[in-house]
Amino acid sequence: MISFIVKRLLQSVMVMLTVAFVAFALFNYVGDPISNMVGQDTTFAEREQLREQLGLNDPFLVQFGRFVGNAVQGDFGLSYHHKQPVSNLIAERMPATLELSFISALISLLLGIPLGVYTALNRDSIMTKIIMTGSLIGVSLPTFLIGILMILLFGVVWRVLPTFGRGDVVMLGWWSTGLLTVTGLKSIIMPAFTLALFQMTLIMRLVRAEMLEVLRTDFIKFARARGLPRRSVNYRHALKNTLVPVITITGLQIGSIIAFAIITESVFQWPGMGLLFIQAISDVDIPIMAAYLVMIALFFVVINLIVDILYFLVDPRLRVDRVSGSH
Amino acid sequence: MTLFKKSLLVAAAIGAIAMAAPSQAQTFKYAFQGDLGSLDPYSLNETFTLGFQGNFYDALTAYDENLKLIPALATSWENPEPNKWIFHLREGVKFHNGNPFTADDVIFSWKRAQTDGSDLRGRAGQIASMTKVDDYTIEATTSQPNAVLMQDLTFLYIMDKEWSEENNTLEATSPSDTNTNNYANLHENGTGPFMVVERQPDVKTKLVRFDGYWKDIKSNVKEIEFTPIKQAATRVAALISGEMDLVYPVPVQDWQRLDEAKGVAPLTGPEARTIFLGMDQERDELLYSNIKGKNPLKDQKVRAAFAHALNLDAIKQKIMRGASTSAGTLIAPQINGYNAEIAKPYTYDPKLSKQLLTEAGYPDGFEIGMDCPNDRYVNDEKTCQAVASMLAKVGIKVDLNAQPKAKYFAKILATGGFDTSFYLLGWTPGSIDAHNAILNLLHSVNKDAQQGMFNLGHYSNARVDELTGEIGKETDPAKRQAMIDEAFQIVKDEVGYLPLHQQPLSWGVRDGVSVVQRADNVLDFRNIVVPE
Repeated sequence: MISFIVKRLLQSVMVMLTVAFVAFALFNYVGDPISNMVGQDTTFAEREQLREQLGLNDPFLVQFGRFVGNAVQGDFGLSYHHKQPVSNLIAERMPATLELSFISALISLLLGIPLGVYTALNRDSIMTKIIMTGSLIGVSLPTFLIGILMILLFGVVWRVLPTFGRGDVVMLGWWSTGLLTVTGLKSIIMPAFTLALFQMTLIMRLVRAEMLEVLRTDFIKFARARGLPRRSVNYRHALKNTLVPVITITGLQIGSIIAFAIITESVFQWPGMGLLFIQAISDVDIPIMAAYLVMIALFFVVINLIVDILYFLVDPRLRVDRVSGSH
Repeated sequence: MTLFKKSLLVAAAIGAIAMAAPSQAQTFKYAFQGDLGSLDPYSLNETFTLGFQGNFYDALTAYDENLKLIPALATSWENPEPNKWIFHLREGVKFHNGNPFTADDVIFSWKRAQTDGSDLRGRAGQIASMTKVDDYTIEATTSQPNAVLMQDLTFLYIMDKEWSEENNTLEATSPSDTNTNNYANLHENGTGPFMVVERQPDVKTKLVRFDGYWKDIKSNVKEIEFTPIKQAATRVAALISGEMDLVYPVPVQDWQRLDEAKGVAPLTGPEARTIFLGMDQERDELLYSNIKGKNPLKDQKVRAAFAHALNLDAIKQKIMRGASTSAGTLIAPQINGYNAEIAKPYTYDPKLSKQLLTEAGYPDGFEIGMDCPNDRYVNDEKTCQAVASMLAKVGIKVDLNAQPKAKYFAKILATGGFDTSFYLLGWTPGSIDAHNAILNLLHSVNKDAQQGMFNLGHYSNARVDELTGEIGKETDPAKRQAMIDEAFQIVKDEVGYLPLHQQPLSWGVRDGVSVVQRADNVLDFRNIVVPE
């Protein structure tokens, strides 16, 4: 078990190094950071001096080595644009992204599971057909468009929800939360739904498929034959058995919700890490881009590691294999 | 317990709403597409950042609504000898923390603006030395006569010496590790009419009125909330939904939407920025063309053919919705040194254009690559596409390479080795004076002397070079104007550049809110009046 975890951890470090390496290789093609850091009248001698100070003239491998060397000490450098430590900026922005991701994961579960169950139980009803068709739209429309449409309807036409930002936030220690204020709660509704739509559709379709499968199995037929109430059969027996894969998928999807919050954040001007990243791209703010990419890689690696460990604990076959292998 | 917590929350929320309500009436909320780079007045020499900072800092001089020079922290100034200046400072001015403003602050600021991380070294460096005569008089010397010194100083803001020393922020904020204390990056202590009370970079900046401001201003705003909103669609929606009092820039194609929406209207006007096309006139063979062994753009006839092929009126009507001003020279009417006679555009005459190409030996035209930004100027990519289709009509086949500004500037500027044959660029002279444009765009490229550094096509004329130096030194307005006219006329006759237009400023404003749209796209809070 321990050797397994250590092995995985070593692999994780490799993954993050690779991400950092690829990211750094790409930074040569995103443009010139200097021309975004100075005004048009700044002399080229001063620009060159700045470039030298920032180490941008060093060979690629030297820059990469310096980044890794500092990063392992927790130092991601100063943002070119904000002139502040990148780690502070990311820490400031992280609560916004995590709250948004958490709420949208919650929405996708709370809506996706009941809808999945409903469409599985009432396979031929008109409502099911409407929901299934609607879900296709949810999967195929780009997030950007959905966000803009929601802003138009709820923000501009009906004026019930704020069109941008996070509303008022309350500080709980270093964590800023928008979930404790009225404006904060109103502000999170549209971005959270926009971000949740795809996951919700995914979970709904997954639950439906699993339900249909389970409903065909012998133990459900037997439960029905025993004369158990329909409710109890559907929800206590059938649904419970569909939830294992749903939980696995949800766990894995949390990583992508965080990573793909970029588009939603930029449409709603949601002050999270994704917005920071997208702004960093247009400013060619290399320290922010590098730190963000490595951190997202870390998120994925950690989530995958946890899932792997869970599998290891749950699946006896895996355990036996490993044990016999080590003998 | 949970019930108690909930009711506590509700109470807190109600309290927050109640507290916010009274100030609502005179709170002004606005959005721009990006954030200012820093609160430090020397960290970025860029108009939006400096313009924003001008609401909490003052300089010795300032621009009024029409970009005319007015006194600010200096009440008057003299230029007794060509290289000697005397500034008389305003008495009774207080910084936001209550410290008095004196000559020491000016000298300190001038020195701080020349430290390593500063992006205003060019402006501050105009002055070679400064000495204090008394608390409210300063004697300064320049290394050479400078007719526009006071214009150059409008954006050189004055910081408080004591405050900077207390907070150990003696050097300009810099992204490199040479300066470890970036206190002034997130804090300010200026003399301006507003004080920054909350600063979250890229998220929100809040300012409140400074009651001790030295001047009466027409604004009745007590509180300002600034939010950068990157997406144009979101920005416009925030205005129409009533959450914003002002947003800018508004895409030109959204004007109609604002006109139709209730309670808001577009506010447009001419910007002092001139958009033009430049051509490589130096290389013996163009980097991007099918003509090998020679450079057709070196031939004045070919350049003139380009000029007469462009239908500026069509660009104005179709792409700028009638809101731009077609240009025939490289400076806008707001810029000191403008001459309406020279600013008449080249005539649109495709027949003449064809004929000139034939005379030059290209009866069937040729192919050329064009560089264009797609996120820098108003409808920049569309303008380039229009140029390409107009040139196609006379046989010039344009291969358009439009890309984001970060990549575009990395390619075409001196740092990228002027890697272009034909490009679109915009220029606003930072000093609102023609000399800046002549020095950067018309003077022959000289890297050592930092002349002609934005003359990407290497236009070169010895007389223009000579005039550039003279204009910089000449302090007699009439003589100076004559030389400026001469320089621009030479460039026009030789078709050194193809001016297109002054692009429109495009703001969206809530009804009842009164703002002044300055031609350099600066929002001066001093002029904002909101309904009571």
